[in-house]
Amino acid sequence: MTINEIQQGIIKEFENITEWEDKYALLIKFGRDLAPFPTEFRTDKNKIEGCQSQVWLNASFSNGKLLIDADSDSTIVKGLAALLIKVYSNQTPTEILSSPPEFLHKIGIDNHLSPTRKNGLGAMLKQIQLYAVAFNALNREQL
Amino acid sequence: MISFSQENDIIVKESKYRKFDVNEIRRDFPILERKVNGKPLVYFDNAATTQKPNVVIDSMTHYYRYENANIHRGLHFLSEVATEQYENSRLKVKEFINAMSASEIILTKGTTDGINLLANTMCRADLLNEGDEIIISHMEHHANIVPWQLLCDRKKTKLVVIPIDDNGELMMDEYKKLISPRTKLVSIVHTSNTLGTVNPIKEIIEIAHKNNIPVIVDGAQAVGHQKIDVQELDCDYFVFSGHKLFGPTGIGVLYGKAELLNKLPPYQGGGDMIRTVTFEKTTYEDIPNKFEAGTPNIVGGIGLGVAIKYLNMFNFQDISRHENELLQYATEKMILIDGLRIIGTAKNKASVISFTIDGIHPYDLGTIIDTDGVALRTGHHCTQPLMKRFNVPATARASFSFYNTIDEIDVFINALNKAIKMFR
Repeated sequence: MTINEIQQGIIKEFENITEWEDKYALLIKFGRDLAPFPTEFRTDKNKIEGCQSQVWLNASFSNGKLLIDADSDSTIVKGLAALLIKVYSNQTPTEILSSPPEFLHKIGIDNHLSPTRKNGLGAMLKQIQLYAVAFNALNREQL
Repeated sequence: MISFSQENDIIVKESKYRKFDVNEIRRDFPILERKVNGKPLVYFDNAATTQKPNVVIDSMTHYYRYENANIHRGLHFLSEVATEQYENSRLKVKEFINAMSASEIILTKGTTDGINLLANTMCRADLLNEGDEIIISHMEHHANIVPWQLLCDRKKTKLVVIPIDDNGELMMDEYKKLISPRTKLVSIVHTSNTLGTVNPIKEIIEIAHKNNIPVIVDGAQAVGHQKIDVQELDCDYFVFSGHKLFGPTGIGVLYGKAELLNKLPPYQGGGDMIRTVTFEKTTYEDIPNKFEAGTPNIVGGIGLGVAIKYLNMFNFQDISRHENELLQYATEKMILIDGLRIIGTAKNKASVISFTIDGIHPYDLGTIIDTDGVALRTGHHCTQPLMKRFNVPATARASFSFYNTIDEIDVFINALNKAIKMFR
């Protein structure tokens, strides 16, 4: 599936949820369902320091695609990380860089990306994009 | 009912205290009527900043509409009106904390600015040097840690820390042991923004003074909750912010004993703080102007004066009694919640409750509770060493002001229980 298709799928999933707590209940579920974060990835290098919560992010490159693993000490932030992984993991760097996370705004939780939240999520998104740039450059070199 | 006369004076008899009626008080604060996420706002983040009464808001718009001019310069009508109002606020502050003279009141940007002013000027006056020690406590806000660390880096001065016990109370015996001939300054928080602990500030000052050590008191969380009398405390310096006192942000107070302030060099250079300027030599104004370079936050100063005038209508005993009721009620309800741990259980405590709940991250708790319109603070509250002391990465914090109610605490407790259900 393309990034756009995945984003549309998430938007649809949230479409009929009007109550805030139900939205968060779904996010909490995504957070809980996220694949366990391998302990060897839990390094200082992979840690994105937030003021309010912390995020760990590991990226690797396989068959021209970026693979992302993430974790957070906050369940809601972990749920948001799970959404970013759904959208951006297993995609090519080119597609990642040309697809902003519009779904966050559409489902009404882009406030968690605001710098005042200091939850490490904005930094996580930036980090994914940086990895995409780096792997893109690497890809070109190998070609 | 409070209204403005043409001279922008609040018509109120200051000699008589207003009857303490929380519902009536709430009507003075327009923001308390608003809804958040479709629910009535429950504002429990008063330790971060307090809300503003109509009189403060109105005084500020009134100033900009009818009285705006620069102060301390210009003979014209508006300049005189603005100057009089600004200086009148200084007088209000002087009376509010019972300083000996209005010249001992330096208007700053806030508590942080006040401490930085002192750290910088004490550094330049060589009052703190290599091998000297500054005593602070383990419960300081970063604003009373970092300015001293910057000074210590330059002067090779040492920062020593009074430990606290598991209740979040200062270990006074340890404090006494830390005092030595090397101690040149004590800079200490009056009321902890995270724990709510109210420190025995008078005793701390007495002990320091017996050893001829000056004391700075960070009063940011104390003002607005209890009567402050700097002469009775005999503190050498006292700093606080206007915005925690129902006044505007960006304005604060540094009180200092005149004899000490006179010995400090100017902080920043510029207009308004000089007597004569030539390219060869500049002479400075006396206090307080010496420390107030440039056009100040005029409207902030005026707003602060009105906030103090508003607060003066109440008896601090009524405010304390009400806030203590809120603290007791909330504490009793909260300790019944399974897995809830209150951080800060001092005997003498302000209406601040920091807490954690087993298995739920404070960020998650704050986010869910916000959907019910309840404003809490989550995070390290600018007290990272304190978080480490209690072995928690962060806490959630509810802090009450005199306009909060028991009903609001019930809403908060229900929201807490709902959030817990979602995560467990």
